[in-house]
Amino acid sequence: MKKVYVNEQWCLGCHLCEYYCAFANSGKSSMIKALKDRHIAPRIRIEERNNISFAVSCRHCTDPLCVKSCISGALSIADGAVMVDSSKCVGCFSCIMACPYGALSRSEAGVIQKCELCKKNEFGMPLCVQGCPNKAIVYEER
Amino acid sequence: MKYVIIGGGAAALSCIEGIRSIDKAGEITLVSKETYPFYGRPLISYLLEGKTTMENVLAYRPADYEATHGVHALRGETVTAIDASAHTVALASGELLPYDRLCITTGSVPFIPPMDGLEQVEDKTTFWTLDDALGLKAMLGEGRDKRVLILGAGLIGLKCAEGILHLAASVDVVDLAPRILPAVLPEEPAAIVQRRIEKDGVRFTLGDSVARFEPNLAHLKSGGEIPFDVLVLAVGVRPNAALAADAGCRVERGIVISSGCETSVPDIYAAGDCTAQSDPETGKPRVLAIWPNAMMQGETAGRRMAGGEASFDKGVPMNATGFMGLHLISAGSYDGELLLSRTPDAYKALYVRDDRLVGFIMLGDVERAGIYTSLVRERTPLSSIDFELIRETPQLMAFSATERARKLGGAHL
Repeated sequence: MKKVYVNEQWCLGCHLCEYYCAFANSGKSSMIKALKDRHIAPRIRIEERNNISFAVSCRHCTDPLCVKSCISGALSIADGAVMVDSSKCVGCFSCIMACPYGALSRSEAGVIQKCELCKKNEFGMPLCVQGCPNKAIVYEER
Repeated sequence: MKYVIIGGGAAALSCIEGIRSIDKAGEITLVSKETYPFYGRPLISYLLEGKTTMENVLAYRPADYEATHGVHALRGETVTAIDASAHTVALASGELLPYDRLCITTGSVPFIPPMDGLEQVEDKTTFWTLDDALGLKAMLGEGRDKRVLILGAGLIGLKCAEGILHLAASVDVVDLAPRILPAVLPEEPAAIVQRRIEKDGVRFTLGDSVARFEPNLAHLKSGGEIPFDVLVLAVGVRPNAALAADAGCRVERGIVISSGCETSVPDIYAAGDCTAQSDPETGKPRVLAIWPNAMMQGETAGRRMAGGEASFDKGVPMNATGFMGLHLISAGSYDGELLLSRTPDAYKALYVRDDRLVGFIMLGDVERAGIYTSLVRERTPLSSIDFELIRETPQLMAFSATERARKLGGAHL
């Protein structure tokens, strides 16, 4: 199945993926309404140091440790993607304990949030990828 | 192929998933004492706290899960004996269930030490099952006028305290140990958590125990007294291994299992809290009663039962929890050189020995803790990563570019 992959050598460290992610999951109609004067909590995060930078988001593992660790059933696998039902999440963060990529984080509501490949929002395919100016993140089969 | 699973918790569920990943047709019968569908036992405190609903608790899997996975579930039924040579399981109803492969996932049972006068206490409960939680809620009623005494300052006792604080007039916690969470945390972080819980009104009496009970009064060994209306017994749990022992399985506190989750008796497998599996550090059987372990072992057992390949030998003690908004994640052992960092909002302890991260504790800020967990679980040589960097904060930057390409670029696929 298609997943988001990182081409580290092309990452400019521009953080646009983070802004596109925050916008895609904001429910707002425009990027300005979604982001202006706001602290953003994106589900993709750039790590950067010296001249190296790269984006980290959920790997949608075939055997995800986060799903196995979830005590509430909030995390599940649907069509190969790891999805969250935030109404079931109690915020115990067992998934944060388990994920070797550090790809899940706490949402503003205090429950878990993670990349769902934009399957639940109106964009239908990862907006971070569409917004990346240098093909440092791609959505493809590998 | 006829599969029988005894128990209805995380290990049982995962065992079904393991079997069905290989054998879509075999008959699976599940025998569970509880009448509820699969639910996360650790949710019971969150339910009382109001952080989840009964509907959500019972929806760990979709309502049609058993039908879609071909599981014949006998709920509210108990197994009285296993006949390993005849390959049958006897039920309380008198029925005999034949099996080709059996999985024992009987979990833990609360341990209640003998205490003088305990029988005189009317409103008392353990805090282990959904029925325990619902019973406790009924004892507390709506008046917020009941004084609660909890015996045990471990994870169960403290999550209970958090869950019922808004339903009780007062909550007292007594533990024999000199600190809270004695099995999870050393002194300093335990004290930080204790202060946070006390701030919300829970009272602790540590290094003390109950000498005897009157119906609504606990007399302590130290001479003190604590009046109460409702008593919660959360001293600890023990592996529920009696059935397996009677069937001839080797038991050392827990049912001893191999990395393939086989017991010492042919065609009998076991998974979850009731088991003891070899500790990679000491080589001795060790009980590791935590949710992720039950899920990993259950799946391993299921796959093996169905004739597949699977093994699990990376069990690491770990806990993710929180009290009154203060989050806590810990993993591994604390037997190593301590590298400590503290800020006003966070406490972090890393334990290093023989070029490995053997354990860690994060309090407050738990962001990306799983990166540390993976170092513990995979026994990653610290000389192979930029440890100074990862010590500051969990990050993938500390790994080599090749390793990052594998992790993020799917280069291993």
